[in-house]
Amino acid sequence: MKILRKFGLAALAVTALSAPVQAADVVIGMRSEPSSIDPYFHNLGPNNAMNGQIFDRLTDWTPKMQLIGRAAASWKAINDTTWEYKLRQGVTFHDGSALTVDDVIFSFERADAYEGGNSSFRTYTKGKTLKKIDDHTLHIITESPYPLMPNDTTTVMIMSSEAKGTGADGKNKGISAKDFNDGTATVGTGPYKFVEWKKGDRIVLQKFDAYKGPLAQPWDKITFKFIKAEPARVAALLAGDVDMIDNVPTSDIERLKKEPNVSLSSGVSNRVIYLHMDQFRDNSPFVTTKDGKPMNKNPLRDARVRKAISMMINRDAIVARVMEGVAIPAGQLLPEGFFGRSEKMSPEKYDPKGAKKLLAAAGWGDGFGLTIHGPNDRYINDAKIVEAIGQMLSAQGIPTKVESMPKNVYFKRASKGAEGGLPEFSFVLVGWGSGTGESSSPLKSLLATYDKSKGRGASNRGRHSDPVVNKLLDQALATVDDPKRAALLAKATEVAIGENQGIIPLHYQVNTWATRKGLEYHPRADERTTGIDLVPVK
Amino acid sequence: MSVFIIRRLLQAALVVLVMSFIVFSGVFLVGDPVEILVSDDADQEERDRMIKSMGLDKPFIVQYGLFISKAVQGDLGESFVFNEPALLLILDRMPATMELAVVALVIAVVFGIPLGMWAGLRPDSLASKSIMTGSILGFSLPTFWVGIMMILLFAVYLGWLPSTGRGEVQVLLGMPVSVFSWDGFSHVLMPAVNLALFKLSLVIRLARAGTREVLQQDYIKFARAKGLSDTRIIMVHVMKNIMIPVVTVLGLEFGGLVAFSVVTETVFAWPGMGKLLIDSIGQLDRPIIVAYLMIIVFLFVFINLFVDILYSLLDPRVRLQDMKA
Repeated sequence: MKILRKFGLAALAVTALSAPVQAADVVIGMRSEPSSIDPYFHNLGPNNAMNGQIFDRLTDWTPKMQLIGRAAASWKAINDTTWEYKLRQGVTFHDGSALTVDDVIFSFERADAYEGGNSSFRTYTKGKTLKKIDDHTLHIITESPYPLMPNDTTTVMIMSSEAKGTGADGKNKGISAKDFNDGTATVGTGPYKFVEWKKGDRIVLQKFDAYKGPLAQPWDKITFKFIKAEPARVAALLAGDVDMIDNVPTSDIERLKKEPNVSLSSGVSNRVIYLHMDQFRDNSPFVTTKDGKPMNKNPLRDARVRKAISMMINRDAIVARVMEGVAIPAGQLLPEGFFGRSEKMSPEKYDPKGAKKLLAAAGWGDGFGLTIHGPNDRYINDAKIVEAIGQMLSAQGIPTKVESMPKNVYFKRASKGAEGGLPEFSFVLVGWGSGTGESSSPLKSLLATYDKSKGRGASNRGRHSDPVVNKLLDQALATVDDPKRAALLAKATEVAIGENQGIIPLHYQVNTWATRKGLEYHPRADERTTGIDLVPVK
Repeated sequence: MSVFIIRRLLQAALVVLVMSFIVFSGVFLVGDPVEILVSDDADQEERDRMIKSMGLDKPFIVQYGLFISKAVQGDLGESFVFNEPALLLILDRMPATMELAVVALVIAVVFGIPLGMWAGLRPDSLASKSIMTGSILGFSLPTFWVGIMMILLFAVYLGWLPSTGRGEVQVLLGMPVSVFSWDGFSHVLMPAVNLALFKLSLVIRLARAGTREVLQQDYIKFARAKGLSDTRIIMVHVMKNIMIPVVTVLGLEFGGLVAFSVVTETVFAWPGMGKLLIDSIGQLDRPIIVAYLMIIVFLFVFINLFVDILYSLLDPRVRLQDMKA
């Protein structure tokens, strides 16, 4: 209420004096709490969203996932293996010291050599050599041509090389995660300064007055409160205790639309929900005969069968009924507007008759039995989607059992539950958000042949494998020219999904934020919730 | 008495050891923390590095041995998720939960005993019947639902109380507390009532049953015959004698309040231990889960000890050395 009133006064002042908008305080109710303020501790959505407000990166994404420079004013490839970054002039850290290339190198070193921690940023730092040319010019050198450099530099945050920690053993440059969590070493150049983190309760950020960069600073003080229970989060917004909430449950959207004091912002995300099918075992554990007996033959290895299954799924019905209209049917890895997507592909049409014919042609006209597995607490309405698919397939001659389970049990079994660290299930539902904002990330992890030494196919839970796709991907990843690379990625997608049906895309997730009237959130395709993208309506 | 306490403490140590093994092997069977914590983009090499850095590449018995050898030195391991000592993370959250539990317990006692005694003294009156019907609701309505309904009524519809979270915190005798400011108190009120509802019903029922039983006793008849006032009979002779079962149950239930206020803390986003536990289970933060349950075992053992000592004060016939614990 206090905030409302304050804001009302601010709005009045604006209309009366037409002075620049007087900033105020804002409270955001979030589902997920970051696990650390240490920018290199854990490459995780909530951490990257929160810490990205405190620390700058060289480059970054706009809400619609277009590249912008943050600490970097410009960047270009000066030859096949060298990228040149020019830093913005006059940028200072929260403690007043100036940002130079030394800080960038220090940050990349700490990220690359991070000990402990959960999933480091090494994926983005390895194979790159950073070279200082002058205080504001940096060269990043790779051994082979590396087109994704500007994408990769959207990940590693930049901290002050003069930050002091209490880690006595010199590990991680003597700065521990705790030193960030209590603010000792939390010195960035971002638009907001760290004030405090009360674990399980709130994080408070304060506007950095000397900020120089492209991002807006719509608020003086931003408080993030962590409210995990969905009804409680919605109630907190309705009660006026918070000004915005993220992850609005789809079942509440219709009701909130009718609330006079609430506005909704929705936007498609870079996350596709899709199905993996076992393509590497002849006796797949969850593929059976129609009456549930084990089989030595695996129909899922036949691309025609996979296509038939895809045709049996009524995506429009799933979007309309299960997702309550808040999703977009998918035919490939990324929604419209993203780099490396094929313009030729559209979602598979629902065609039960065609599917039957195709099954018959593949020699499976009598059908077979399946079990579909999915998580029940990971993606929006995940358990309900799995149930709907089970029903659709069962109605069309593939009796399908449905099993969903909590994510903490599910992912281990789906990735390496069977003997020898192989995936346990035959037919699974998963989602993939493309961290690099283009299609090489899902192609590399989901559809390239599983290959530990190359780091390919790490999440290829169906073990789809096609040399043509691998080759197209290799070519694309070595092509610095953007239009050429986009064409190669599109081609790889067309082969891997259009021809091979390596995975079955279902829909792109749409995320919804709810704000009180008078505010507006720029829905972020990377699913991040920040105070920077929450702005007063003009 | 000191022999009794020493014997109890030795038993406690044994219980904690057995518990640690059960919990450790239990969480070992469930899921893989790496799969939950790793970023989608990580390749196989990165996953292997994580497995190694968390010590998950070692066989179960080695992991358990390492854990125990550290635990006897007071180190219960580092949280996978936060990379901070598990024990400190839990202790950091404990005051918030304690505060909630104490307020809930006070509500249960302050309202439960008078209401229960009233119902016991006048079992046939309309008021007594309403109290008893109300207590059935307190037992049977799910905490989660009641919590949400309270938020909707008092925070959204009436706007009297804040919906979630903890208010201003002051430091009092080295403990961070929030109940002594209006902001803090208004935050704690709803979750505490929500948490107290079940215990309140329990206390009402115990107090009523106790009162009805005690009223039949010879000493009450004697007191009446002696011409003592009703107030003195009820406040001294009845009240004192119904307290033994109430104290036993509340003692055990207090442990429950502290350890498993998970639902209430989740609904009201109360930054306590219960929320930490449920989040840790979701993320398979094994060190926190194990440390948490070991602390809870300690807590229960100590509460039982405390209750036994309290017995001896309430009932002079109880001698601690006679009690085979």
